[in-house]
Amino acid sequence: MNLLAAEWIKVRSVRSTLWTLLATIGLAVGLSAFVAANFRANIERVQNFDPIVTSLYGLTLAQLALVVFGVLTVGSEYASGSIRPTLAAVPRRGRFYAAKTAVIGLVALAVSAPSVLAAFVVGQHALGPYAVAAGDPDTVPALLGATAYLPLICLFAAGVATMVRSSAIALGVLVPVLFLGSQGLGNVPGLRPVLQYLPDQAGMELMRIAGGPDSRFGPAYGPGVALVILVGWTVAALVGGFLVLRRRDA
Amino acid sequence: MAAMIEVSQLTKRYGRATAVDDLTFTVRPGVVTGFLGPNGAGKSTTMRLMLGLDRPTAGEVRVAGQPYERLNRPLHTVGALLDGRSVHPGRSAHNHLRYLARSNGIGRSRVQEVIELTGLTTAAKRRAGKFSLGMAQRLGLAAALLGDPAVLILDEPVNGLDPEGVRWIRDLLKGLAGQGRTVLVSSHLMSEAAKTADHLIVIGRGRLLADTATVDFVGGAESLEDAFLRLTADAVEYRGQL
Repeated sequence: MNLLAAEWIKVRSVRSTLWTLLATIGLAVGLSAFVAANFRANIERVQNFDPIVTSLYGLTLAQLALVVFGVLTVGSEYASGSIRPTLAAVPRRGRFYAAKTAVIGLVALAVSAPSVLAAFVVGQHALGPYAVAAGDPDTVPALLGATAYLPLICLFAAGVATMVRSSAIALGVLVPVLFLGSQGLGNVPGLRPVLQYLPDQAGMELMRIAGGPDSRFGPAYGPGVALVILVGWTVAALVGGFLVLRRRDA
Repeated sequence: MAAMIEVSQLTKRYGRATAVDDLTFTVRPGVVTGFLGPNGAGKSTTMRLMLGLDRPTAGEVRVAGQPYERLNRPLHTVGALLDGRSVHPGRSAHNHLRYLARSNGIGRSRVQEVIELTGLTTAAKRRAGKFSLGMAQRLGLAAALLGDPAVLILDEPVNGLDPEGVRWIRDLLKGLAGQGRTVLVSSHLMSEAAKTADHLIVIGRGRLLADTATVDFVGGAESLEDAFLRLTADAVEYRGQL
């Protein structure tokens, strides 16, 4: 408990990390509302309209703010050198790492759940007459999927940052990975069979933003497989981070 | 509280460079031990090895009879100041001390005590990134004292301090040693070491050059500086020219 409390003090005593959390909520709700209002105003020109996806659109950018949170929480320890007094106080590195990642994951979850819900509610409101029908069977899975995805991608980012021990390098790796798949190269037919297994693509499927197995743009697997893929990436990154932390000089 | 620092056959290599080369010595309680050596001699590396931050290539260090990594809540046994600047620049001094304290089950009242003891009361709520080097050193010292430890390991604690601060540290360290604690202080200031340390451990190029009482070390030489320069003449890594 002491270690969790100590890591919690770290998170809330630095303004930059708090800003990333506010940005997560702001982007999720603001961008979703903006896209929903825009779609409503131009509904006759929107193809493949999906009211759930539309109201969660802001999460595609909000995830980046949460990724920055995960990266900074780890990376700032190395940039400032505070990793040394920290490890001198907690020399059992596995316990330190467990506490740190637990706090990152819990904070990310605490921010993600209301962000997703607020984005959905505000987005549906903005859609007005085009909002999803009450009781639509896709609604709850999409909201749960999004709420699971955001903390997982945040922990994935924290694991990568622990591996490379630097915020700048971690973001240099993560931003292209998170953008290339969904926004760019992922739509090139020859690359899609490979890139669809990147964590953000699994996340898109989990949030149903990709539109399911029959969509032209989504990955060729369903939400269940997507969750397995995403958890796989996250565990791999966290284990990688632990191995580096255990072995390297601080 | 007879807690010693025992360094035995300690070696640390970074690639082909040997920073610490088969060092063996013991730091005893009750006196201030000065840890001296030219730039690049391996003083800071040895201290990081003592704290389990770096892993030795060979040999071991025991603090209070155990490898550092085995200590439960180590701040209660060992307090260390390696670099006062190792603080998140956006975090206040108070919060920096709070998380260290909390990780070792130390309460808020002790945090307030070390803040007052180190003269940081008016600066405690300010972001540490705005601190002068002297203030940062005081914060590092406050962190070292948090757990009221029996062993203190301090790397150049007087760096950046004003004359009042230098004298305050000197008196503090002597007081702590007088209470039976083990105090190891590295320095590159010979005049300061001569005033503070009762015992000296001198290394050069990672090797032990001397382990002796300060009085005996100076011996017939004019000053500690003369004795030091004579001893380390062959072990100087970086030398300027006149």
